[in-house]
Amino acid sequence: MEASFYHAKTRYPGIFGWLFTTDHKRIGLLYLISTLSFFAVGVSLGLTMRLELIRSGMHIISAQTYNSLFTLHGVVMIFLFIIPGIPASLGNFIMPLQIGARDVAFPKINILSWWLFITGGALAVTSLFTGGGPPDTGWTFYIPYSIRTGTNVSLAVFGVFLIGLSSTLTGMNFLTTIYRLRAPGMTWKRMTLFTWAIYATSWIQLLATPVLAITLLLIIIERFFGVGIFDPAKGGDPILFEHMFWIYSHPAVYIMIVPAMGAVTDIIPVFSRKNIFGYTAIAASSLAIAFVGYLVWGHHMFTSGMSDTSRIIFSFLTFLVAVPSGVKVYSWIASLYKGSITLGAPLLYTLGFIFLFSIGGLTGLVQGALDTNLHVHGTYFIVAHFHYVIFGGAVMGFFAGLHYWYPKMFGKMYEEHLAKLAWVFLFIGFNMLYFSMFVLGWEGMPRRYYDYLPRFNGPNLVSTIGSWVLAMGLIIMFYNLIHSLFSGANAGDNPWGAASLEWQTSSPPPTENFKDIPVVTKGPYDFK
Amino acid sequence: MEQKQEERAHVPTQVFVIVWIALLCLTGLTIKAAQMKMGEWSMVANIAIASAKASLVLWFFMHLKYEKRLFKLLIFVPIITVSIIIVLTFFDIWYR
Amino acid sequence: MNETAHIEHRDYVGAKLGMWLFLFTEILLFGGMFLVYSVYREVNTADFHEAGMEMNMTIGAINTLILLTSSLTMALSIAAIKRAAKMRSILFQAVTIILGIAFLVNKYFEWSDHIRHGFYPDSPKLLAMSHGKILFFGLYYVMTGIHALHVVIGISIIGFILILTLRDSVSGTDYVKLENAGLFWHLVDVIWIYLFPLFYLIL
Repeated sequence: MEASFYHAKTRYPGIFGWLFTTDHKRIGLLYLISTLSFFAVGVSLGLTMRLELIRSGMHIISAQTYNSLFTLHGVVMIFLFIIPGIPASLGNFIMPLQIGARDVAFPKINILSWWLFITGGALAVTSLFTGGGPPDTGWTFYIPYSIRTGTNVSLAVFGVFLIGLSSTLTGMNFLTTIYRLRAPGMTWKRMTLFTWAIYATSWIQLLATPVLAITLLLIIIERFFGVGIFDPAKGGDPILFEHMFWIYSHPAVYIMIVPAMGAVTDIIPVFSRKNIFGYTAIAASSLAIAFVGYLVWGHHMFTSGMSDTSRIIFSFLTFLVAVPSGVKVYSWIASLYKGSITLGAPLLYTLGFIFLFSIGGLTGLVQGALDTNLHVHGTYFIVAHFHYVIFGGAVMGFFAGLHYWYPKMFGKMYEEHLAKLAWVFLFIGFNMLYFSMFVLGWEGMPRRYYDYLPRFNGPNLVSTIGSWVLAMGLIIMFYNLIHSLFSGANAGDNPWGAASLEWQTSSPPPTENFKDIPVVTKGPYDFK
Repeated sequence: MEQKQEERAHVPTQVFVIVWIALLCLTGLTIKAAQMKMGEWSMVANIAIASAKASLVLWFFMHLKYEKRLFKLLIFVPIITVSIIIVLTFFDIWYR
Repeated sequence: MNETAHIEHRDYVGAKLGMWLFLFTEILLFGGMFLVYSVYREVNTADFHEAGMEMNMTIGAINTLILLTSSLTMALSIAAIKRAAKMRSILFQAVTIILGIAFLVNKYFEWSDHIRHGFYPDSPKLLAMSHGKILFFGLYYVMTGIHALHVVIGISIIGFILILTLRDSVSGTDYVKLENAGLFWHLVDVIWIYLFPLFYLIL
C-alpha cells in the first residue's frame, strides 16, 4: 500500500511538518481544523445569546456584553468560519485532485494564506481582552459608531484585514491553478462542478475582498488620524461607508454559498447514479451568480437614506440574482428524478441543504421587494433569512461535502447511522431555532436587542430550545466524524463508485496525489 | 527551467523610448487641458488622457501587447468591475 | 521522499498570470478609494476646486515625470536581461530604485510643506474649513499615502530582485521574477497617472 501524504517525510519535523507544509492536502486540513474550531467558538457565542433571550426581562448578561456577543458571533462566524470555510478546506484538499494536478500553482503562498488567516484570527480574538474591550458595533462596523466607540475596533478590524488578504491570495492561487495545472484531457467541460464553483468563487474572493480591505483600513485611519473620510462631522457620508462595506459583503455571501452548491452538485450524480442534468447551465449559473452578485449590494441599505432611484434599481437587480440559483435548484431536482437513489448521509445533508436554502432564498425575495423590506429590515426576519441561507444552506452543504469527501481525506468511513441521527437533530433543531425568528421578525421584534416585549416570549422560547437540539446534533455529528478517525472502517479508494479524478487515487492520497498524472477521456459524472 | 520560446518577444529599445516620449507629451497635454479651466470638463479630458497614458503603460511597458489572449481579455474584468461599482453607487449620489 | 521535491514545477505563464491577478486586487483596492474621491468631488465640487489651489502642480508634475521615467528604466532592465546583458539590467534596476526614492523625497517635502501650513488631518486650521476642503485633504493624504506605501514596497521588491540578479538567480533564461517586479512597479506608475490629475490638476 502506498504511503499516504500523512506519512510524508517533511522538511521540518513533527508538528512543524504540518505548520510549515506546502502540501495542499495538509493545508486543507489545517484550515479544516482551524475553521471548525472557530465555528465552535461562534456556536458557543450564539448559544449564550439564545440563553439571554430565553425570556423577556430575564438577564444573565449586560446589554453591553450582549452587543459584543453579537458582534463577535458575526465576525467569528463570517470571517473566521464560513468565508474561508469550504474553499480553504475542501477546495484546497479536493480541487487539485479533481483537476489532476500535483498541487496548487503557488504552494508557498498557500501556506502563507493560512498563516495570515491564523494571525488575523488571533488579533481578532485578542481584541476581546485588550484596550476598550470587545467591539460592540455589530460585524458591519457602521459609521459613525465604529469611529466613536471606545471599544477595540481597530485591532479587530485589522485582524479581519489580514483574513481578507488570506482570502484574496487563495483566490489568486486557485484561479492560476485551474487555468494552468489541469491534467491532459481535462477540458473546462470535463471539470467537476465543484471545481467550477471554486473557480467562480475565486473570482469573487479576488475582486471583492480588496474593497473590504480599503474600507477597513479607512476605519482604522479614521480612528487614529481623524481624516474625516466617513465622519459626518467633517463632511463624511455614512451611507457611502455602507456602500463600500456591502460592495464586498454582498458578494461575500456568494463566496459562502457557491462552493456549497458545488459540493452538492458533485454529490447528487454519485448518489443517484445518473449524469448531472444541465452541466453547462449549472457551470454558467455559478459564473452568473458571481457576476450578478456584484450588482445587488444596495438591498442591504434600502432604509439607509439612499435615493429612491437606486433603491428601485437594486431591487430589480436583486430579483435577477435569484434566477441562476433557481436554475441550480431545478437542475438538482431533475438530476435526482428517475435516478437510482442511495440515501447515504451525503445525500441526506444535500436534501436538507436544498430544502433549507430554498426557504432562505424565497424569503430573500420578500426582503428584496422595497415595501416588504421596510417592514422586515432590522427585525428577526432578516436574521432568520440569512441563517437559513448561510447555515441551512452553505454550512449544511459543507457538512454534506465533509461526509462525502471524508473517506478520501482520512481513509476511513464514518458511522452511517450516527450521521443520520445527527441530521435529524440538526434539521429539527435548526427549524425550531430559526423558523421562530421568521415569525418574530414579521411580528416586529427587532434584532440586536438584548431584551424584548413579553408578547414575543413564545417563539423565543421555542427558538432557544431549538438551539439546544441543534447543538446536540452538532455534537453527535462531530463526535461521529472524530471518533471514526480512529475506529472507522477502512474506506478504500472509491467507496462511492464516483467517476471524478479524486476518487481514482488512493484514500488518503499520496503526497504527489497521483503516481502518474492521469489522462482524462471522459466527464466527471460519466459512470459507464 | 527555460522560458518558453514564444515569450521571447524582443521589444526593441526604441519602442520603449517612443512610448516614454508619448507619455511625456500626454502629461504636458493634460496640464494644458487643466490650465484651460473648463470646469468639470477639464476633469473629463484629464481622465481620458490619463486612461490613454495608462493604456500605453499596460500595452507596452507591461507587455500586454505580447501576452497571450487570455491576459488581454482578463484585464477588462477589474476595469468593468470598478466601473460598475462606481456607476451603481452614483445612482444613489446623483438622485438623493 | 522530500514532500516538496517532486511537486516543484516552473510555470512561466502561470507565474505571470498569478502576478496579473494580484494586480487586479490592487486595482480594486485603489478603485475603492477612487470611488470615495469621485463621490465627494461630485457633492463638494466648488470646495474641491478651492482646495486644489493649495496643491503644488509643479511637484506633482515632476513626480509624474519621475515615475514615467522609472517605468521606462524598468522596462529597459527587463529587455536587457532578456539579452543576457546582466550589468546593464542591474544598472537600469538601480536607476529605477533611485527614481523611486526621488519620488518619495519629493513627497516628503510636499507633505512637510502642507503640514507646516496647517493642512493635516484633524488640524485646527482644517477643521475650521468647509467640509469639502476637509475631505479633499483627507483624501489627499490617504490616497497619496497608500500610494507612497506601494512605492516603498516596490522599491524593496526591486532591490531584492537586484540582489538576485547579481547572484544570477535572475538571468537571461529565468527572469520571470524581474518581470513580475516590473509589473508591480508599472501598476504603481499607472495609479499615479490617475492620482496626478485628480489632486494636482483641479484648477
